[in-house]
Amino acid sequence: MNEVREGLMKFVFLIAACVSILSTILICFFMFVNGIPAIAEIGVFKFLFGMTWKPSNGFYGIFPMIIGSIYVTAGAIIVGVPVGVLCAVFMARFCPKKLYSVMKPAIGLLAGIPSIVYGFFGLVVIVPVIQDIFGTNGKGVLTASILLGIMILPTIISVSEDAVRSVPESYYEGALALGDTHEQAVFRAVVPAAKSGILAGIILGVGRAIGETMAVIIVAGNQTIIPTSVLSGVRTMTSNIVMEMGYATGLHREALIGTGVVLFVFILIINLLFSVIKKER
Amino acid sequence: MEAVGKLPEGNFTPQDMNLKIEAINKVTLKDRANSYKNRPFSFFLLALVSLAALITILVFLLLIGYIFVKGIPNIKPELFEWEYTTENVSMMPAIINTFLMTFATLILAVPIGVFSAVYLVEYAKKGSKLVAVVRITTETLAGIPSIVYGLFGFLMFASAFKWGYTFIGGVLTLAIMVLPTIMRTTEEALKSVPDSFREGSFGLGAGKLRTVFRIVLPSAIPGIFSGVVLSTGRIVGETAALIFTAGTKAAVPSDIFSSTRTLAVHMYSLLTEGLYIEQAYATAVIILVMVIVINAVSSKLAKTIVKNR
Repeated sequence: MNEVREGLMKFVFLIAACVSILSTILICFFMFVNGIPAIAEIGVFKFLFGMTWKPSNGFYGIFPMIIGSIYVTAGAIIVGVPVGVLCAVFMARFCPKKLYSVMKPAIGLLAGIPSIVYGFFGLVVIVPVIQDIFGTNGKGVLTASILLGIMILPTIISVSEDAVRSVPESYYEGALALGDTHEQAVFRAVVPAAKSGILAGIILGVGRAIGETMAVIIVAGNQTIIPTSVLSGVRTMTSNIVMEMGYATGLHREALIGTGVVLFVFILIINLLFSVIKKER
Repeated sequence: MEAVGKLPEGNFTPQDMNLKIEAINKVTLKDRANSYKNRPFSFFLLALVSLAALITILVFLLLIGYIFVKGIPNIKPELFEWEYTTENVSMMPAIINTFLMTFATLILAVPIGVFSAVYLVEYAKKGSKLVAVVRITTETLAGIPSIVYGLFGFLMFASAFKWGYTFIGGVLTLAIMVLPTIMRTTEEALKSVPDSFREGSFGLGAGKLRTVFRIVLPSAIPGIFSGVVLSTGRIVGETAALIFTAGTKAAVPSDIFSSTRTLAVHMYSLLTEGLYIEQAYATAVIILVMVIVINAVSSKLAKTIVKNR
């Protein structure tokens, strides 16, 4: 009796472990089966590199959206990475204990704030500021980049801080013994040793920025054109899906799923990069 | 011990000793300023990292402060009436549904996540192929953005199963989404249970199953719970995965096959309709309060875990 129960429960545990495999297969299956035929029907080249997205006239080119996603992600890196990495160095090596006990939970909270709240913050705070300074309608690449830069801060800070902290103390002490100041020791001995960890944090941030939807849709303007300046409106792949999925039918709907497939492939590549870097460490 | 014999006896702590030792090497502000005068670049680096930290703190304060200051005056009693109408724009149905959805998702995801972690840590052989595949797939699941989960849920539950927008469709999608979080935290918790616990249990004649349920899992509870709290945070804040699975109907679901919205989706609807900016402020405050509570619980848990070690 006991043996039966042992065997049965082992089987139950095994099945549970297989749920994540099954889920991944299901997600890939549904995305590719629904998306690929549409891409094939439109034509791979026309779909990926087509400049016009006008579903009502049968134009399904998502190139502006791919570029849009890349632009805002690059903008988020420019805004978020320097601040994030330097802040991580500060927290690991410069921060007084009392300040740290306040900053650490604050960063945890920043990580936990939902993207819709970030989007709202962007709408009521960042958009008016950009309007005042540049006299545009305030929504565009710059606004989205600043907001996404803020959103990826907690990811970059926590991963980079761990990386900086995991560098052996002897690196730092050795640099001090050779006559470096505290700052020189940190930046010339400790930070270079934490390079791959910091890079992993940045890649995680990129993954978050490119997949972000709700915040971007609120502040990016969503025009389906390749942006000509940092102030012009932009539509990302993610916002394209959310904006039109509600009413799309037929090939239009499948083209949106195709957009999801392209995004999915981007994410898979980023994940792969991340795990390669993690293995190298 | 004779060397410190002169020091007062009784409440003498190592901290006092550190103070004494530091006093010898004390660097005064003046010394530091002098050192920076000779090495301006070091001062520049110090200024740079301090600036980055300052920016982060200011962004945090601005975000939280702005939403609370502008939002709290907008919290009005009619926002908490039981029924939603276009007059009162009540968020009460959405709040109730947020709790329902969190609860249902966890009921589904926690047993699966915990059981699979148990398999990975307690049963699987080292270097087994299955474990490698499970790890790869969990990592993949953890990296998928919510909009892709939303699309998948839409394609599978709303379209292929012909359910349309349903509560259960949203729950199933979210359950898959939080599964990696629960698996990872549980796995770490199980790994940190010392082997001596297991050996002791086996030594007393308990079987594997009894050891797992009576000895290993109870010791891992704080860790499992922290995974649950993390998942709760993710469910409460989720929007993109729910719009096309559970839909946006502003009512408490009558059964598991009716459409409904959570608080985050409610806020999205308010913003896209564009007429309800004041109510959106109020909703943002409520969401922030939820997130702050969840974070406080999770950091408290993290502290107990560290203490137990």
